[in-house]
Amino acid sequence: MSGTTVFGLCAAAAVGLGLYGLITNPQPLRKIIAFNLLGSGVFLLFGVVGRRGAAAGLGNDPVPQALVITGVVVAFSATALAIALLLRLFKAAGSATLSSAPMRADPDPSGD
Amino acid sequence: MSIATVFEIVLAAVVLGLGIWTIVVRETFSATVGFVAYGLLVALIWVRLDAVDVALTEAAIGGGLGGVLLLGAAARLRDADVMAAETPGKVVRASAAALSVLTTAALAGAVLLLPDPAPTLAPAAVANAWATGLSNSVTNVLMAFRAMDTMLEKVVLLLAIIGVWSLAPDSAWGGRPGPRHQADPDGVLAFLARLLPPVGIVVGIYILWTGADHPGGAFQGGAILASMWLLTIIAGLADTPPVSRRWLRFILVAGPCLFLVVGLVGLLFGAAFLSYPPALAKPLILGIEVAMILTIAATLGLLLAGAPERSAKP
Repeated sequence: MSGTTVFGLCAAAAVGLGLYGLITNPQPLRKIIAFNLLGSGVFLLFGVVGRRGAAAGLGNDPVPQALVITGVVVAFSATALAIALLLRLFKAAGSATLSSAPMRADPDPSGD
Repeated sequence: MSIATVFEIVLAAVVLGLGIWTIVVRETFSATVGFVAYGLLVALIWVRLDAVDVALTEAAIGGGLGGVLLLGAAARLRDADVMAAETPGKVVRASAAALSVLTTAALAGAVLLLPDPAPTLAPAAVANAWATGLSNSVTNVLMAFRAMDTMLEKVVLLLAIIGVWSLAPDSAWGGRPGPRHQADPDGVLAFLARLLPPVGIVVGIYILWTGADHPGGAFQGGAILASMWLLTIIAGLADTPPVSRRWLRFILVAGPCLFLVVGLVGLLFGAAFLSYPPALAKPLILGIEVAMILTIAATLGLLLAGAPERSAKP
């Protein structure tokens, strides 16, 4: 088994782990981390496919590499937006929970 | 194809172990630290996959800036309580585990059954490199062959920052993002914030410049510039600018706007949207990259700073 295949299996496991964490972990921040783990596994799969497509003196197919670079930046901006939403929820409601249970009775007056 | 080395197997095992730790550990802060370490080791995997451009991006954005973002959020959410009732029941957990195992098995099967010889666009990318005058194929794909993706990604960054800013409370609308950081002016943090930025700015610009022919580019360089800016902010040496400032908004839209203008000129006078005339390709790409590195650095820094929290007027 080549090193590339080992990394491919590792990427498949990262996707599964991220999916499990996303479903079972109740805290929103942990869900965000799990989703990033899932995404990182998907990116690695791109890298493994690109590595197998090494040709013309390049060690890795440049097209999947460019897609992953774009993907990493987009994933980062989505994560930043999710965290900003989460922090705003925490500030406005006093707790960071996704459950529909009634929120704290005295919400932060500095919130609008 | 060669046999996996001990290093590769150990690296994959450690990365996997950190992934498991990130999911199962009880404290959110530990999970965050685990994820940062995971991100940095994944960058090593990218190096082993011979994708140094991606490794730089993953280390700078995935591990570095993403780590700062998650650690900051984890620190601010420390008091957030988890209600026991929220944790899903055994049935949900078992179903989730079964679904995850199935997904992993399907992906692992796909990895093991990938076609041989593998399809590749590498020869096409190399054969058309003459059209741009750049010898880094990844930069060629990002800036020329698939420039549309890169331009739209800039728009995504812009939309994300608009989304973050729109979360500001009325009292801080258009104000300064994040808290005002205070640090001991004679401490290690303030010392590093004076020592590192000159070096970091040179490294960031070098990575942009060298991206034409070697691994590097506007994304990686922009992430380094953003981290230098954030370092001075966290050390209390500088404050975040009010988001209503015109110069700030100009920098944020400069990169995508220049990209769009070049694209439209290509549509009017050239072959297609975003087509560069081969004689002018290299200067055009460099011009777009210079505008983009400023936009990327400002956007990444402001995304990390978060929603405005303080009014612009004292």
